[in-house]
Amino acid sequence: MIEVNDIYKSFGDTHVLKGISTCFDKGKTNLVIGQSGSGKTVFLKCLLGLLSPDKGTISHDGKIYSQLSGDEQRNLKQEMGMVFQGSALFDSLTVEGNVMFPLEMFTKQSLSEMQDRVDFVLKRVNLVDAHKKYPSEISGGMQKRVAIARAIVMNPKYLFCDEPNSGLDPKTAILIDNLIQEITQEYDITTVVNTHDMNSVMEIGEKIIFLKNGIKEWEGTKNEIFKTDNEAVTNFVYSSELFKKVRQMYIEERN
Amino acid sequence: MNYLASIGSYAIMIKEVFRKPTKWSIMRALILKEIDELIFGSLGILIFISFFIGGVVAIQTALNMTNELIPKNLVGFATRQSIILEFAPTFCSIIMAGKVGSFITSSIGTMRVTEQIDALEVMGVNALNYLVFPKIIALMLYPFLIAISMYVGILGGWIAGVFGGFSTSADFIEGIQLDFIPFHVTYSFIKTLVFAFILATIPSYHGFFMKGGALEVGKAATTSFVWTSVVIIILNYLLTQLLLG
Repeated sequence: MIEVNDIYKSFGDTHVLKGISTCFDKGKTNLVIGQSGSGKTVFLKCLLGLLSPDKGTISHDGKIYSQLSGDEQRNLKQEMGMVFQGSALFDSLTVEGNVMFPLEMFTKQSLSEMQDRVDFVLKRVNLVDAHKKYPSEISGGMQKRVAIARAIVMNPKYLFCDEPNSGLDPKTAILIDNLIQEITQEYDITTVVNTHDMNSVMEIGEKIIFLKNGIKEWEGTKNEIFKTDNEAVTNFVYSSELFKKVRQMYIEERN
Repeated sequence: MNYLASIGSYAIMIKEVFRKPTKWSIMRALILKEIDELIFGSLGILIFISFFIGGVVAIQTALNMTNELIPKNLVGFATRQSIILEFAPTFCSIIMAGKVGSFITSSIGTMRVTEQIDALEVMGVNALNYLVFPKIIALMLYPFLIAISMYVGILGGWIAGVFGGFSTSADFIEGIQLDFIPFHVTYSFIKTLVFAFILATIPSYHGFFMKGGALEVGKAATTSFVWTSVVIIILNYLLTQLLLG
């Protein structure tokens, strides 16, 4: 579980996060949604420890990040997995090398043990024939799956995903979303996903927080988000014609 | 003020490079990879340039010896001195700032742009140690490259001098051996080691702390070449004053 308590973050005169408090539960897929520039990425970087909040605290299962020593922070980071927007795979390493990287770096496992673990996680993300390929030789969807495999190879307690299905076709995006949800439930980890894709919200949003201009504007579940009267949320959710029609149908049904 | 801030963050970067070392088995592989890319990958261009510059130095010296009183062995002497004292350590380092420096900045800069450095940091890896330390160690072999450059440069001078009809082989070889001061080679290698450190770290700094996208990677590579060259030129002056002055 991750608890966020009244965090603020500014860059010079630009106030990006303005007093956000929330809680992300274990075993659930938590979504952070909002328009571009709403502070989602900065918020995620604060959760990851890549940025320090100016004020407020973030605790991972009771451990307040800012109060940990350097070594404790590094140990905590080894319990985190991250899927970046652009996958962030290492160009110079093969798919196998990318997934094996955290194991080589932080464990004392033998090569065969590492190999077994890599095979297992690649199979888990449905990638069986790509071991020896380089990131530039595989599709965007496959790169995302490799990134997920790398993120879970160390059995993390926390999984963070920044726009995991951006740039993917709708079908692959749904596959990636479902994979994230399955892994969250299977390994009972705390997952936080940054997205502005409403399809993801409908697919996997067990808990959703909506950010607007660095403020938590709304918090709820995927069932609640379509019924809320919060104007900022409805403007965001029903920005596409498809969702406007869904909304219309819902209102007609309710009346 | 910006320059002072940059110098400060460069110093902090250097400190970070030597903190929390990466696992030795991984570091060893990284160092060997960097030796291959930075040292062996530069051998060809340095040999090519050294050979022809050595030849040009010999020809230019011979053509400017219009006074009959100047001994003929001056061609070999001037070639040796120019190559050992300045061309091999300094001129080659400027070439390396373009070749190796741009490569380092653009490769690290691309890693920054594509969030690969963020990925390392999220995993708890000391990204500066992982990326910069192997380059520093690999470039500590740079003096070997310069030793080859010295040899090839003088060889180029001998071939151009003798086969171009500017000097006899005996005069050239006598010139090479004339008033030879071994400390000049030591001075040259000391300079080379300092330049090697600069070649590894300044381009890394520009790549690691760059912001923006692909265009900025190109700009960072250019800026890195300019600053690496400037620092090499200034340090060349200071080291010469300190060691030979």
